[in-house]
Amino acid sequence: MRNNYLVEAWLVIVLGVVFGGALAGVQATLADRIAQNKLDETRSQIPALVPGASKEASSEVEVDGVRVFRASSPEGQLGWVIPCGGQGFADRIELLVGVDLRVERITGLYVLEQKETPGLGAKIMDERLFRSQFAGKTAARSLVVTKQGAKTDREIDAITGATISSMAVCSIVNETLARVRDGLLAALPKE
Amino acid sequence: MSQTQTPANASAADRGPTAAERFINGILPENPTYRQMLGMCPTLAITNGMRSAMTMAAAVLFVLVCANAMISLIRGLLKPHLRILVFTLTIAAFVTIVDRLLAAYMYDMSKQLGPYVPLIIVNCIIISRCEVCAAKQSLPIAIADAVGQSLGFALALASIATIREILGAGTWFGLRVLPAAWPAWVIMVLPPGAFITLGLLMGSVNWFLARRQEARG
Repeated sequence: MRNNYLVEAWLVIVLGVVFGGALAGVQATLADRIAQNKLDETRSQIPALVPGASKEASSEVEVDGVRVFRASSPEGQLGWVIPCGGQGFADRIELLVGVDLRVERITGLYVLEQKETPGLGAKIMDERLFRSQFAGKTAARSLVVTKQGAKTDREIDAITGATISSMAVCSIVNETLARVRDGLLAALPKE
Repeated sequence: MSQTQTPANASAADRGPTAAERFINGILPENPTYRQMLGMCPTLAITNGMRSAMTMAAAVLFVLVCANAMISLIRGLLKPHLRILVFTLTIAAFVTIVDRLLAAYMYDMSKQLGPYVPLIIVNCIIISRCEVCAAKQSLPIAIADAVGQSLGFALALASIATIREILGAGTWFGLRVLPAAWPAWVIMVLPPGAFITLGLLMGSVNWFLARRQEARG
C-alpha cells in the first residue's frame, strides 16, 4: 500500500525534478544579469542615501566579507551604503542602509527588493510614509518599532497593519549595523 | 480558487468546439474577465497604467500557452486526484521563469509589478483553462484556447487601464493625451478607481448583451 503512493505520484515527482532542473538552469543563466541590475540600482541610490555623495566618486569595497559602498563626493568619503537583507513577512526583504562616516547616524534607507503584502507590508517602500523616518536616527543603538508615535532617535513608527514588516526592516538594519560597524570603522581612511 | 465550471464552459466542452471557435470564444463570448469573472486580482491591481497592464497580459499569455501546451501533452498520464497538483506545479514553474526574465530584462517593470508576477500562479484563468480545456484536448486546440483566453484577458485589462490612466494621469502608455491642464483624477489610479471602472464597464457589457438579446427576441 505504502509503495502504491509512490507509484501513483510518479508524474508529480518526475515533473518536480524536471521543473526544478529547468528553473535552476534559468536562474544560472539570468543570475548575473539580475545581480547587475541590482548593482546599477544600488549605485543610482547612493546620492539619496548619503546626502552629498555622488554616484561617480563612490566605490565598492569588501569589509569583513560584506560588500559595501564608500559613499563619497569628489572631496572625500561622506558615509557608507550597506546592502543587506533578511526575512520579512512574506519573503526576503533586501535593503540599502546609508550611514554617516563614523556609523553614528543613519542617513537613509532604500528597499531594493520585497514581496510583502500589497497595500500593507509593501508600504515599507513608501518614502514619505515609512522610509524617510530612518534618516537622522541613531546607528549606535538598535532601533525599536513603536505604535505610540516615535519620540526618541531610536524609535520607528510601525506601518498600520504591517507591524511585522516594519519590525523585519528594523531588525535587518540592527543586525547589519551591529555586524559591520567595527569593520567599517577600521576601514576608514586615516586622517 | 474556483474549480467549478460555468454552465457555458461545460456545454462548450461537451459540444467540443474547434480550435478556431475556442480562440474566438476566449476573446469576447467567454471573456475571462467580463464573462467568467476570473482573474480579478491582477485586473484590479495593475490596471493603473497601460504599461504594467500590458506587461501582465504578456506574462499571462506566456504562462497560459506554456501551461496549456504542457498539460495537453501529458493529459494521458494525469490521474484524477492528482491533476490539480500537476496543474499548479506546471503553472508555478512557468511563472517563476517569467518572474526571472522580467527581473533580468525589464527590471523597473519587475519592481513595479512586485508580488503580482508570482501571484499569476493563483490566477484562476490559467488553472481553469488547464482543467476545462487542456486536460481533455489535443495540443493545437489547447494552444488556440490559451491564446484566445489571453487575448480576451489582455483586452479586458487594456479597457480598464486605458480609462484609468487617461483620467487618472492624462497619459496613455506614458504619452500625454489630455492637455496638461487636465486635473488628473488621482482616485482613478488608486484602488477605488479600479473597482469603479471595472464595475461600470462590467455593467455596460451586461447591459449591451441584455439589449442585444432582447432585440433578437
